[in-house]
Amino acid sequence: MNIKELYQEIILEHGKNPRNLKKTDNFNKDAKGHNPLCGDNVHIYLKLNEKNKIEDISFEGSGCAISMASASIMTDLVKGKEENEVKEIVDDFLGMIKINPELKSKNLKDDERTKLMCLSGVKQYPMRVKCATLSWHTLISAIDNIQEEINTERLD
Amino acid sequence: MNLSNIKKEFPIFKNKNLVYLDSANSSQKPQSVIDRINDFYSNEFSNVGRSVHALSIAATNNYENTRISVQKYINAKSKNEIVFTKGATEAINLVANTFGQKYLKKGDEILLTELEHHSNYVPWHYLRSLKGVKIEFAEVNEDGEVSVESIAKKITSNTKIIAVTHLSNVTGAILPIKEITELAHSKGIPVLIDGCQGAPHLKLDMQDLDCDFYTISCHKMYGPTGLGILYAKKKWLEELPPYQGGGGMIKEVKKDSISYGDLPNKYEAGTMATAQVVAFDQSIKFLEKIGINNVIKHEQELMEYGQEILKKNNSVKLIGNPKEKGAVLSFTIEGIHPHDIATILDEDGVAIRAGHHCCQILHETLGVAATARASLGIYNTKEDIDRLNSSINKCKKIFNLK
Repeated sequence: MNIKELYQEIILEHGKNPRNLKKTDNFNKDAKGHNPLCGDNVHIYLKLNEKNKIEDISFEGSGCAISMASASIMTDLVKGKEENEVKEIVDDFLGMIKINPELKSKNLKDDERTKLMCLSGVKQYPMRVKCATLSWHTLISAIDNIQEEINTERLD
Repeated sequence: MNLSNIKKEFPIFKNKNLVYLDSANSSQKPQSVIDRINDFYSNEFSNVGRSVHALSIAATNNYENTRISVQKYINAKSKNEIVFTKGATEAINLVANTFGQKYLKKGDEILLTELEHHSNYVPWHYLRSLKGVKIEFAEVNEDGEVSVESIAKKITSNTKIIAVTHLSNVTGAILPIKEITELAHSKGIPVLIDGCQGAPHLKLDMQDLDCDFYTISCHKMYGPTGLGILYAKKKWLEELPPYQGGGGMIKEVKKDSISYGDLPNKYEAGTMATAQVVAFDQSIKFLEKIGINNVIKHEQELMEYGQEILKKNNSVKLIGNPKEKGAVLSFTIEGIHPHDIATILDEDGVAIRAGHHCCQILHETLGVAATARASLGIYNTKEDIDRLNSSINKCKKIFNLK
C-alpha cells in the first residue's frame, strides 16, 4: 500500500481547507466527539427542518488530516438529505471502513460514492480508522440526541 | 568502546529498512536477552522458591542472581530493597496503595509535577476519593523543565510524599532529583522517583541519590516485558503493609492470623515473571558491557545532532528546550498533525510515536493536542537521524509545506 493512497489529493485538500468548519446559527441538534488517543475533537451542529431534512450542518474541532477531511466530506455530503437517509449512509460508510469492500447505499449518488471511497485507504491502517470514523459516530449521536460525548475508546 | 556494531546485537535490525525511534515507549531486545528466555524455558524451567528439587534450586538461584545484579547496578544498600513487579506501573501502584493506606488522611497532599506520565498520576488519584487527599502539581517552565524552586513552591505542611519523574518522556528534561530529594528530606517528606526513562539512559546510584523509592520499567531497559522493579529503602518495605496477598509472601498462615514473609518476599505474591527476571540479568550485563558513561555519551551526541538538524528544518518545532536533556526529541510541524507525520514516516520504516505519550496534563499545559516524538536508544546512529529528517521532508512535500 502506497502512502499516497491514504493521503489522496482530495483528502489533503479537505484536510487543509475543511468545508463547513463553523458553528451553524440556530442549530437544533449537536453532539461532541473525542478521540483521546490522538487528541482529536469534533463538535457537530445540525439544523433539521420540520420534515427532518438536514437544512444545515457544520462542525468545529481539530485533528489530523484524515479526521478533518472525513468531517469535511461528510458534512458536505449529508447536507440536504433526510435524517433516515443520512443514518443509512453513516451505517454504510462505517461498514465499508470496517469490513465491506464497497458502499452499498442507494442513497448515494455515483460521485458521492467515489468521494467517500477516497477515505477507504484508512482500512490498511487500523490505528487510523478512528480518525476517519469519529465525526460519523458523532453525527449519529447528534441525530439521536445522545447527550454523552462520543469517545472512540468506548466504541467497537 | 565502539558502538558502531551494537545494532548487530539486536536481531530486529536484520530488517535494514527499520529506523527505530520509539525507545522511550519500549526498547528492542538484544539477542542475549531473547536467547536467555528461550534457554530458560527450554532447559532450566521451574518455579522458584517453592520446591527442593534441583531445577527449582537452580531457577531460584538464577532469579535471585538478577536481584543482586540489579542491586549492584543501581547501587542499593541491600538486595532486599529490590522488589520485582509486573512493571513500573505496578511499582508505583504498590507505593501509592500501601503508603496511602498507612499514612495518608483527609487533607494531606501529594506533590507531583506537570511532567508526569499517567502512571505517576493515576495511582495517586485513587487516593483522592479513598482518603480525601489533595494532589498538587509543580509547574513546568517554558523550556519543559521542573526546577527545585518550582517543587519548593508547592510544598506545604500537608505535603506527605513527593513523586517526580527522573527524565521526562516528552521534553527530555532531566530533573534535579538529588536536590529535590535533599529539599524534601529536610522537611521530612519521602520521595518517589519514576525512573522509567531515567534507568535506561542515566547513571543510577540509590545510596548517593538517597530517594525513598525508585521505579524501573525493564522493557525500556533492553529487557523483557511484564517486568518492573521497585527499589525502596528497607525501612519503608518493613513499615508499609503488603500490597497483594497470596503464596510466596507469607510466613505462617492460620485460621485466625497470618504473618508475612521476610523482605523482599513480602511484596512478591504469587508466581512471578520468572523467565523475564532471569533474562533481565542479560540486559544488565549488556548495559554493563557497554558502560553507562558510554551510553550517556553516545545518546547525548545523537540527541544534540538530532536537535541541530531538526532546528534547521523549517516548520519543525522542538517541544521543550531543557538545559539537562535526555535522548528524546518531541516535535510538531506547523500544518501537519503528529498522527499524519507518524503514518507517513512509518512508510519509510521510520518508527516514531505520535499522540500525548500518556502525558495529557503536560500537553494541555503546553497548549498542544499532540506531538510527534523520536526517542533514542543505544542502537541508534546518525544515519537514523538523517533518515528521520529526510522522511520529515517527504512528509512536508506531501502536505505542500516548504
